[in-house]
Amino acid sequence: MKKIAYYPGCTLKTTAANFEESAIESMKKFDIELEELDRWNCCGTVFSLATDDLMHHIAAIRNLIRVKEEKSNQVMTLCAMCYNTLKRSNQRVKSNQEDLDKINDFMYKEDLNYNADVDVLHLLPYLRDEITFSKIAKRVKKSLNDIKFSAFYGCTLLRPKEIQIDDPFMPTILENLITALGGETVETPYAIECCGAYQTVNQVDVVVERTKVIIDGARNQGAEAIVTSCPLCAFNLDHRQKETKKKYSKFIEMPVFYFTELLAYGLGIEFKKEWKDLHYVDPLSIFKN
Amino acid sequence: MAEKQKMVKIHILGEPFYVPDGLTIINALEYAGFQLTHGIGCREGFCGACGTIFRKKGDYKLQAGLACQTIVSEGMYLAQIPFVPAEKPIYDITKLPPDITSFKELYPVIFRCVACNTCTKSCPQDLEVMDYVQALIKGDVEKTADLSFDCIRCGLCALRCPAEIVQYNAAILARRLCGRYLLKESRDLTNRVKEIAEGDYDTELDELVKMDEDKLKKKYYEREIKLFD
Repeated sequence: MKKIAYYPGCTLKTTAANFEESAIESMKKFDIELEELDRWNCCGTVFSLATDDLMHHIAAIRNLIRVKEEKSNQVMTLCAMCYNTLKRSNQRVKSNQEDLDKINDFMYKEDLNYNADVDVLHLLPYLRDEITFSKIAKRVKKSLNDIKFSAFYGCTLLRPKEIQIDDPFMPTILENLITALGGETVETPYAIECCGAYQTVNQVDVVVERTKVIIDGARNQGAEAIVTSCPLCAFNLDHRQKETKKKYSKFIEMPVFYFTELLAYGLGIEFKKEWKDLHYVDPLSIFKN
Repeated sequence: MAEKQKMVKIHILGEPFYVPDGLTIINALEYAGFQLTHGIGCREGFCGACGTIFRKKGDYKLQAGLACQTIVSEGMYLAQIPFVPAEKPIYDITKLPPDITSFKELYPVIFRCVACNTCTKSCPQDLEVMDYVQALIKGDVEKTADLSFDCIRCGLCALRCPAEIVQYNAAILARRLCGRYLLKESRDLTNRVKEIAEGDYDTELDELVKMDEDKLKKKYYEREIKLFD
């Protein structure tokens, strides 16, 4: 089995454990083991934009040192936020030797210096480019049976340009995966909008409004469920439906999936009760077979 | 004639003093005439009361250590810390779940960690302090309990943390939750507590309490240590 070093991130160990497990199980079907790093820390999210704020890139670079410690030159991520933060910090030190030197000097207790030589991967483009959607289509055991999905990309996989995994205005990667799994997709203008992000902590109402617009928009196009890749988008779009329903009594709830849960389902992996329990809206209601 | 004691010059609160080489910081402070009522405890490196910040001559780094375990050197600058006034919420352990929610409520400051590792650099017990804070952030209470097991609560991690986290107080909550909810019950311990409660050792304990000091010392040093079979 081919091994790829894997960086989970904090959310995938708690509220998005369904994302992690479904990804690991699915990759095994393609003879790939996502091997979790022995030691890792928070990715440092969100990527710091201040040019003079190196402290907030240390977390990201320390993780890349951990990858090197395990004799690897690439690391797989699942969380869109972690991908964004790790990859951008990596690019920053790659193109700025002075920053890299300062960070290495600060981390003098580490055994290794970082040489900006780790590739940060994300599972979605890996599925598209390395495994390929046509191969996935051939492995489907349980088709999504024309269930209609609306893809929700969020911000961090598509922006900024240097790290985008697809066209930022007309992305198709999630739709193509769904098609490969036998599902249908609908187009909505909201697929690349913001979910409300961290406003969810102290301005729930902002997120309620976003959730209503996005879910209603998907339903108006005939979608039965949302598919996403970001744990924060998933939390806002799924769990905040509770508050949305409270505010708008006519609002109709819609299940929200991680793309890996649908991939696992398609590959014939059991949709575990533990995964279901992490959803707010019952995910299993839409499956017809 | 006995060899002349080598002396070193150190600075205590900015004042120069000559003290014998080889003393610990605590002994050097006392040699210099300071009477310590705070920031001192067991003198054996176990109680964590004497966490201190110092600087060695010619080095820009502020270093942290235990005053009873660190040996003075020529030109050292000392500033003894009486105690660390770190945040310590009051909680009822029976009402806390052994997971991340307890820490979100009582120690939300842990999420400010930027993984700079300054806490680890300052730990006199050589613990991976940053790793246990990170384990907490991802909800792994058991790992935090494990990694912080040898913590003596000197508070130096919290003193040096740029994110103002109170690592050692969060860690003891992790160990308490782990001990109460996550670890397997130890039958030996349960049985022993029961024996004590039922008074099985009362006679022997009374004997010890009444014994004079010399006899007690003799008995202690000659005691037989039995390992479990």
